[in-house]
Amino acid sequence: MSTACEELVDPKQIKLDEIIDKHKHSNGPLIPILQGAQEVYGYLPAHVIKHISKATRIPVARIYGVVTFYAQFRLTPVGRNLINICLGTACHVRGGAKVVEAIEKELKITDGATTEDGRFTLEVVACIGACGLAPVISINNEVHGRLSPDKIAGILAKYE
Amino acid sequence: MAENQRILVCAGTGCASSGALPIIDVLNDEIKRQGLEKTVSVVGTGCQGFCEKGPTLVIEPQQILYTRVTEEDVAEIIEKELIKGERVERLLLVDQATQKPVSSMEDIRFFAKQHRIVLHNCGVIDPKKIEEYTARDGYKGIVKALKGMSPEEVMEEVKKSGLRGRGGAGFPTGLKWGFCRQTPSDKKYIICNADEGDPGAFMDRSVLEGDPHSVIEGMLIGAYAIGADEGYVYCRAEYPLAIKHLGIAIKQAEEAGYLGNNILGSGFDFHLKIFEGAGAFVCGEETALMASIEGKRGMPRVRPPFPAVSGLWGKPTNINNVETWSNIPHILRNGAEWYGQFGTEKSKGTKIFALTGKVNNTGLVEVPMGTTLREIIFDIGDGIQGGKKFKAVQIGGPSGGCLPEDMLDLAVDYDTLTQAGAMVGSGGLVIMDETTCMVDIARYFLNFSKKESCGKCTPCREGTTRMYEILDRITKGEGKEEDLDTLENLAITIKETSLCGLGQFAPSPILATLKYFRHEYEAHIHDHKCPAHNCTALLSYSIDVEKCKMCSLCAKNCPTNCISGDKKTNTPYVIDEEKCIKCGTCIEKCKFGAVTRA
Repeated sequence: MSTACEELVDPKQIKLDEIIDKHKHSNGPLIPILQGAQEVYGYLPAHVIKHISKATRIPVARIYGVVTFYAQFRLTPVGRNLINICLGTACHVRGGAKVVEAIEKELKITDGATTEDGRFTLEVVACIGACGLAPVISINNEVHGRLSPDKIAGILAKYE
Repeated sequence: MAENQRILVCAGTGCASSGALPIIDVLNDEIKRQGLEKTVSVVGTGCQGFCEKGPTLVIEPQQILYTRVTEEDVAEIIEKELIKGERVERLLLVDQATQKPVSSMEDIRFFAKQHRIVLHNCGVIDPKKIEEYTARDGYKGIVKALKGMSPEEVMEEVKKSGLRGRGGAGFPTGLKWGFCRQTPSDKKYIICNADEGDPGAFMDRSVLEGDPHSVIEGMLIGAYAIGADEGYVYCRAEYPLAIKHLGIAIKQAEEAGYLGNNILGSGFDFHLKIFEGAGAFVCGEETALMASIEGKRGMPRVRPPFPAVSGLWGKPTNINNVETWSNIPHILRNGAEWYGQFGTEKSKGTKIFALTGKVNNTGLVEVPMGTTLREIIFDIGDGIQGGKKFKAVQIGGPSGGCLPEDMLDLAVDYDTLTQAGAMVGSGGLVIMDETTCMVDIARYFLNFSKKESCGKCTPCREGTTRMYEILDRITKGEGKEEDLDTLENLAITIKETSLCGLGQFAPSPILATLKYFRHEYEAHIHDHKCPAHNCTALLSYSIDVEKCKMCSLCAKNCPTNCISGDKKTNTPYVIDEEKCIKCGTCIEKCKFGAVTRA
């Protein structure tokens, strides 16, 4: 009985329903709902997509089409810390590729993957708009600039 | 000591990541400790533009700029600058030409050559306070329009100013508004395109972060002229600070009666919302952007019908980008004639450029249209880093082109740049030096366009991939004789047949580099050499026996153990080319310059 109760009051589910209710009746609700859902769950699990589909009467296929179109949405869980490595033009010209190599070597994962202990997820992105400080990375939206490969280990050590 | 001083600390994304935010707290604490809080205030501003030297702060009213400030410097700045009226010399900017420190902003070439209209408030006001915007004539443009001008008169004023869209193509703004205004409809929308996806451009982010009310005011004026009552700002989710500041500004504008129903008692209604983009470069294209707001995949559609006739949810819609909207309040406040005095005959006003890459002063600069590239790169930008030689400037992002040294005296305006094979685009200027390989740059951009192609039309989807594959082969030394002809043919076909701007301009980096740097392509294909020593596969490393002191540092650090030799037996150190991965570690480690790369 107690487990059933816990399931009923899953706080994530409650939050998700609040998000759906907030946007359901506005024009073009899908993307804001998906963004909200991803904030709650960290990614978009299949059951969440099905739930959104039922609540909004938007077919799962269309939702899946939208989810896979945009870079922001993810279908797999993300690590505790999300590293976005910028490879925009300015970062490319100022040696961003060497920074990518250093991070991949340090964490032993490649673009798009998550470390086995779930500590880091690595994503190469096109531009985070801090070009004046190139090459840059951002970890959990915190920007680190003027990087060189030898600074990487020290920066990563700050994130548990 | 001057009365009522202000310390403006740049808290834009660039300086914040260099450590600006704790400095504001320490400044406030120190000012309190010294009992100066009645005469000195600390303001966290938007981007001051000088990202390279961040965190930066400016002391007003003296206009003294301090660079690369840290928390530890705060006590000294307050002691010397605010109490004794002296300078902290070691934190002043050093002019590269004279090698002397300069303190006043008017003497600093980075600022002296700029003319700030759109960036008028950026780095000067607290963007989170509407009263600081209104204190500098903010919202006077919309008041002037609502109190004494008809919508037609407003539109005429914008037309007369000669303002052209700052997002890329440079279409006359007033004319664009006119199309939307003429379409009869019960409902019209206006949109601010803040989906700044061009890698190397960050002016829209800085304007939204540093002066969000100017965008709101511009949109209000546009909505009034066009007859729209609802608007969206479509902003990239990658810009959290911009979204935050814009959100605060919208709320304040609503409370102050500038947004909502019956604005300033005029009977004019306007509501503004933020839509967070979900990460797709193609959404910068108008029709794709609107599909995205509607909750669909952001794919462009065939035009006509143009958005001015059938846009968001089938209603007439007008889209301009952040910088365009931000120009509008200034035009209304000061008049079209005033605006027309800046710029060239066909490109009026100023343009913001994001100056990045291998240049000494990276940052955000606003100059009158018609300024030459040389002035921007060598005067404002202070030349190339590390005394290296300038090779090219990439202008206009992935849709633009690379221009060589002999084009540096070109006046930057829409028509001149298009003729030269580049474009103003959003205004990214990436500076490249002799170590940048132009084939690799073309490959880089095609990789970008290939990844960002939405896949709807074949020329763009397949064409960008094929062009990328050829370029990738060339950089690996596997180029074929016929590759350059194939590239040119593909480029022209894709340009002519793609559905939207992304595809139509995707070949531009190839066409421009082929035009100006064809010899680099030929060196890769015929001689299997990369003149810039950049393409790894084409490099070969060797050790000069004469210079080698047999210290073994290179061998010890080589990740593949491909360097062998022995001092005891006097066996010279050599590199086994078969095993070498061309990582360059040996060159970096050698203290005697004995390792060479060719």
